[in-house]
Amino acid sequence: MPLVKNLRIVEDPFVRVLDEAPVADDAAVLVPAARLTADAGELLQRGGRTGVIWPNNRNVAELAPYLDRLDVVALTFPKFQDGRAYSQARLLRERYGFRGELRATGQVLRDQFLFLIRAGFDAFEVTKPADAEHFAEAARRYSAFYQPAGDGRGPASRKQLAEAAAG
Amino acid sequence: MYVYDNFDRTLLAERVSEFRDQVGRRLSGALTEDEFKPLRLMNGVYLQLHAYMLRVAIPYGTLSSAQLRTLAHIARRYDRGYGHFTTRQNMQFNWIKLSDLPDVMADLAETGLHGMQTSGNCVRNVTTDQWAAVAPDEVEDPRIYAEILRQHCTMHPEFTFLPRKFKIAVTAAKHDRAAIRVHDIGLRMHKNGAGEVGFEVVVGGGLGRTPFVAKTVKPFLHKRDLLSYIEAILRVYNQYGRRDNIYKARIKILVHELGAEKFASEVETEWQSIKDGPLAIGPELIADVASHFKYPTYERLANEPIELQRARSIKPQFGRWFRNSVSPHKQPGYSIVTLSLKPEGAPPGDATAEQMDAIADLADRYSFGEIRVGHEQNLVLPHVPQRDLPALWEALDAIGVATPNVGLVTDIIACPGLDYCSLANTRSIPVAQELTRRFKSLDAQHSIGRLHVNISGCINACGHHHVGHIGILGVEKNGEEFYQITLGGRADEQAELGALMGPAVPYNEVADVIEDVVAAYVELRERPEELFVDTVKRLGVEPFKDRVYAAR
Repeated sequence: MPLVKNLRIVEDPFVRVLDEAPVADDAAVLVPAARLTADAGELLQRGGRTGVIWPNNRNVAELAPYLDRLDVVALTFPKFQDGRAYSQARLLRERYGFRGELRATGQVLRDQFLFLIRAGFDAFEVTKPADAEHFAEAARRYSAFYQPAGDGRGPASRKQLAEAAAG
Repeated sequence: MYVYDNFDRTLLAERVSEFRDQVGRRLSGALTEDEFKPLRLMNGVYLQLHAYMLRVAIPYGTLSSAQLRTLAHIARRYDRGYGHFTTRQNMQFNWIKLSDLPDVMADLAETGLHGMQTSGNCVRNVTTDQWAAVAPDEVEDPRIYAEILRQHCTMHPEFTFLPRKFKIAVTAAKHDRAAIRVHDIGLRMHKNGAGEVGFEVVVGGGLGRTPFVAKTVKPFLHKRDLLSYIEAILRVYNQYGRRDNIYKARIKILVHELGAEKFASEVETEWQSIKDGPLAIGPELIADVASHFKYPTYERLANEPIELQRARSIKPQFGRWFRNSVSPHKQPGYSIVTLSLKPEGAPPGDATAEQMDAIADLADRYSFGEIRVGHEQNLVLPHVPQRDLPALWEALDAIGVATPNVGLVTDIIACPGLDYCSLANTRSIPVAQELTRRFKSLDAQHSIGRLHVNISGCINACGHHHVGHIGILGVEKNGEEFYQITLGGRADEQAELGALMGPAVPYNEVADVIEDVVAAYVELRERPEELFVDTVKRLGVEPFKDRVYAAR
């Protein structure tokens, strides 16, 4: 599954550790929520980077104590119609001030990209390779937005467009 | 009406281009039907029994004459020459080809129309009073706030994949013509003790298989807090609304399971964290949105001009139509005119392309180029000078939209039913058509008085049967169509769900039973002015049941 960051397909430096296996000191790992909350002290003191895969039915407020030491929070879309992680993403960015990588995982399709970006995601495990190749195009499809969101774009541009049309 | 600027047009053009791309990918097979479904739904495209169906939004029920002509054009060019006005201020076209849809969207966009968010699990078309800005009993124009909400919820990055569809309605009048208490969120504009205008917020109303009347979660919300409070409700719902069972996914179930108080306190907590953020509405935003609305420049006219008086005295048919279909306007010398789309024997809410073009011309001539659509599936010309009423009546009568049955027993709300809909269990339209024939005598209808009959062809309740004074719900039993009858429902400020009268009756007896119900009412009412719904409230369903079933 291709990983997209900064509009491009990139290598994923993180390895998923989904069992109780030991984690090397310098490894970049993504671990499940339960592993993080159980072994936080040990995991987060390592030299290697740590990310968590957080389920969409668990309150992200529980992540707050770890956020400044986490490199990645991966949120999940079990089906693309299940939109709970959009709220989690906005809360992590806008309320808890998380500045690390916010990764969309699960069923991640082309027509979600723009919503994901606006909700604060900046990394995308894209389900279909063809969608990943068209990421930049999909991300630029809209230039006008009615509401403010985490990405800083919003209705403020209405005024500029109105002036451009007038001038 | 709201006039699009460059910004609105840009967004809409981008949406049309995106949809063209999505249809292209579907036709090429890059998208499976499962993947395409939520995308087409977000643009109002359903797959029905015979063809794709397109639902076009008419935000807050306001149309310009140019937009109505566009709808006529779509009906003529891409459909079978007619369209269907729904109970949520939308228009549906039932015979559209998938490959034509991108062109249809582009043609609609020419006059600022679209199908965005008329379907799917997102915030749907925000509806309001079809008499907004002209009703005498109104505190402010609710469409400005409906438009603020529409913009905020259009392609909202957080709330486009909610557990289920989400419907918001706004009213600003004493009499609720927008049925706000059967919406996911209802907003009632009113003045508080300090004379400020704000919103009562009600949540968790809805019909369908588990009907609820909405509960008040905020008696008074200031305008500045409208968006942040709605955002808080949607955020709580998006995270905690059920996704395990489609029939339990609406917000009404969450409100019911948590209890209204607990739900309100969850929303309150969320709201406190965001109320002073970027969503706080300043007076400049309200002024900006209001400035996009075009209001007519009324002449100074007197009420009851001589032309009107004369026509009423010499033309009894005009007089009857005037008493039934013409309502007081806030501006002296003007009237609000309702156009009945419920002629005898026709499907409720249908209009032909020729009728739409003719109505657009009449709107230009007599109503400042403006038309409204109400949830009762009728049209409205909102600003007609009273002196022009006789001429307008002649013209409306000539195109078949002057039946003086507004609010009467043949002004039936019905869903498309089994004739079109893939969800339906039974037919609705033929039941409505038969009832309009049974009660075709206008004298009889007028002596029966106000009586709303609502028909749904299945439990999804698109015909709002729970809130009909008489509700008719089609159910399938062993492969045959049966109909349950409820009495005493209403969707206004005294919203209530109807009570079941007795066992379901087969298709060919429905009209007989309704005739018996009405006859029972005429016998039971205390005086001719006691409305059907008030008689049911006073006596309950028992005396109706006794009379109707005794003979069966």
